[in-house]
Amino acid sequence: METAGAGEPVARAAALAPVTARGWKLVGLLALLAVACLLPFTLSGFRLFQFTQVFVYAIALLGLNMLTGYNGQISLGHGAFYAIGAYTTAIMIDRWSVPYGWTIPVAGALCLLVGFLFGIPALRLEGLYLALATFALALAVPQILKHFDGWTGGSQGIVLSRPGPPFGLRLSADQWLYFLSLGILLVLFVLAWNLLRGRTGRAMVAIRDNPIAAAAMGVNTALYKSLTFGVSAAYTGVAGALSALVVAFVAPDTFNVFLSITLLVGIVVGGLASISGALFGALFIQFVPNYAQDISKAAPWAIFGVVLIGVMYVMPYGVGGAVRLLSRRLARARAGTGPRRARLPE
Amino acid sequence: MDVFFQQVVSGLATGGIYGSLALALVMIYQATDVVNYAQGEMAMFSTYLAWSMMNAGLPYWVAFFATLALAFVGGLVIERVIIRPVENAPVLTIVIVCIGLLVILNSIAGWIYSYVIQPFPSPFPSTPIRIGSVIFGPHDLGAIGVTFVMLLLLYCFFRFTSLGLAMRAAAQNPASSRLVGIRVGWMLGLGWGLAALVGAVAGMMVAPVIFLEPNMMSGILIYAFASATLGGFTSPGGAVVGGFLVGVIENLAGTYISFIGTDLKLTVALALIIVVLVVKPSGLFGRAVVRRV
Repeated sequence: METAGAGEPVARAAALAPVTARGWKLVGLLALLAVACLLPFTLSGFRLFQFTQVFVYAIALLGLNMLTGYNGQISLGHGAFYAIGAYTTAIMIDRWSVPYGWTIPVAGALCLLVGFLFGIPALRLEGLYLALATFALALAVPQILKHFDGWTGGSQGIVLSRPGPPFGLRLSADQWLYFLSLGILLVLFVLAWNLLRGRTGRAMVAIRDNPIAAAAMGVNTALYKSLTFGVSAAYTGVAGALSALVVAFVAPDTFNVFLSITLLVGIVVGGLASISGALFGALFIQFVPNYAQDISKAAPWAIFGVVLIGVMYVMPYGVGGAVRLLSRRLARARAGTGPRRARLPE
Repeated sequence: MDVFFQQVVSGLATGGIYGSLALALVMIYQATDVVNYAQGEMAMFSTYLAWSMMNAGLPYWVAFFATLALAFVGGLVIERVIIRPVENAPVLTIVIVCIGLLVILNSIAGWIYSYVIQPFPSPFPSTPIRIGSVIFGPHDLGAIGVTFVMLLLLYCFFRFTSLGLAMRAAAQNPASSRLVGIRVGWMLGLGWGLAALVGAVAGMMVAPVIFLEPNMMSGILIYAFASATLGGFTSPGGAVVGGFLVGVIENLAGTYISFIGTDLKLTVALALIIVVLVVKPSGLFGRAVVRRV
């Protein structure tokens, strides 16, 4: 639309906009972090528990988004990895009295392995069929957990005690778990950021957008796809392990197919292929059901369903995508009239 | 040996139901390339409609056919209103929309009818039928009969009527069909309507066995997936055969493999799906999809 005369302002905008945008982003992140650190001293037990749960969900969503959003492998069964993580922690603490701190990396490593192995047959399944297989997995999880009741305690589940803070810190158990989840979330966030913005992330996106072209460019698609599956499962497994500590209880029926769908809702709302979207998605899946529950027991899911379809129609890149779009528009407005250059990745 | 025959017959009865639902899935898959995750919930919702009509005093068969009509219209409306806007969207979008539909139907049913388990009547007599030393449940036999009649009608519809031919054409080659004057969009809508109708029959046949409840179809749906995968997602007849096979395999595995018993039955379906997808993704009767790049 714009004429060639706009060339100079564009160059200037390109030179200026990223700096200011990055600066604002940094300020925003630091402010957010400061608020997050103050929260546990102002909120009471249950509210704090809810925010802890938000961080746990955000970790799981980060994992699922890597697989589905970035790599294009549809998983409707990530609740299974969440369950494996949770049960790893619960069984290690309950049966072998392992210190809880060690159970989290073990849960992550186990899920990495299981996810990698599940990713190998998944290589042969494209789009729809992978969705189908993982959906079946999600449906089968509670039954499998109940079957091995020697380990899992059957339908009764396993009750844990909540760990207190180490090093004699003057924090309550709630506050300590909050900071633990926040810390792990931050570490995993940075790792995901580095992974997805570099060479590996480009390869993952290339596989999603055009697997044949990616292979022709020398990307080892099989390795990347199964590795992505593994890393994604590891993230979700760590989230599951944390949730076992936070809730202090695991039972088969909490890991039903609706958990997997909840995670799907989270990445769709937060934004497919958006790292920061994980936080928006987690806030959504934690708090919306809570308020909707007052209307009716069925209301949260009715809302989830409507939101799933609605987001796909009007906001296919979720809140994360909308924020990105908005900030680019703002940056452009501030830099004067630039051509419609900034576009969402297809 | 008696146990064996009994298990086979009851396997065929549930297999017929799996096969019907699998057929509904395949019909939609062929018409619109969508695996309809909401198929089970659509069937569940139709069954609830039948239940409310019977509670209002309508006789069984009146409610049965009224439900079929409602299910047909419901399926048509869902395709026209919800699926059509995303018809050409990426797979992920369509999967998410279908999951959204599943969740909505499930929660609306829970909202209206509550999550309390309800009994659902069977139209067949309850006295068992004895042939030799083997005892058959009349509902099992009846369900097999109803399934066969429905399949026969569908076969005749698609084989001998011009509307059926138009629907097959629209599914197979939309562009050419449009050129010869077939209204492809409406044919796809009709396909969804018919699939919803088939699903409603499956729901009403399975409800007396597993009782009525908003989550009743989740197990059935995974078996229907297994059946459609085994038979091949591109083959309607294959899906039905797959359904009978899965029903029998499920029952025999539950009876004779003590490790599986009754509490790992869903896992059998999961394993079946994965094995078929890995070994022969096109299924027993399907054709492999070849794509030009």
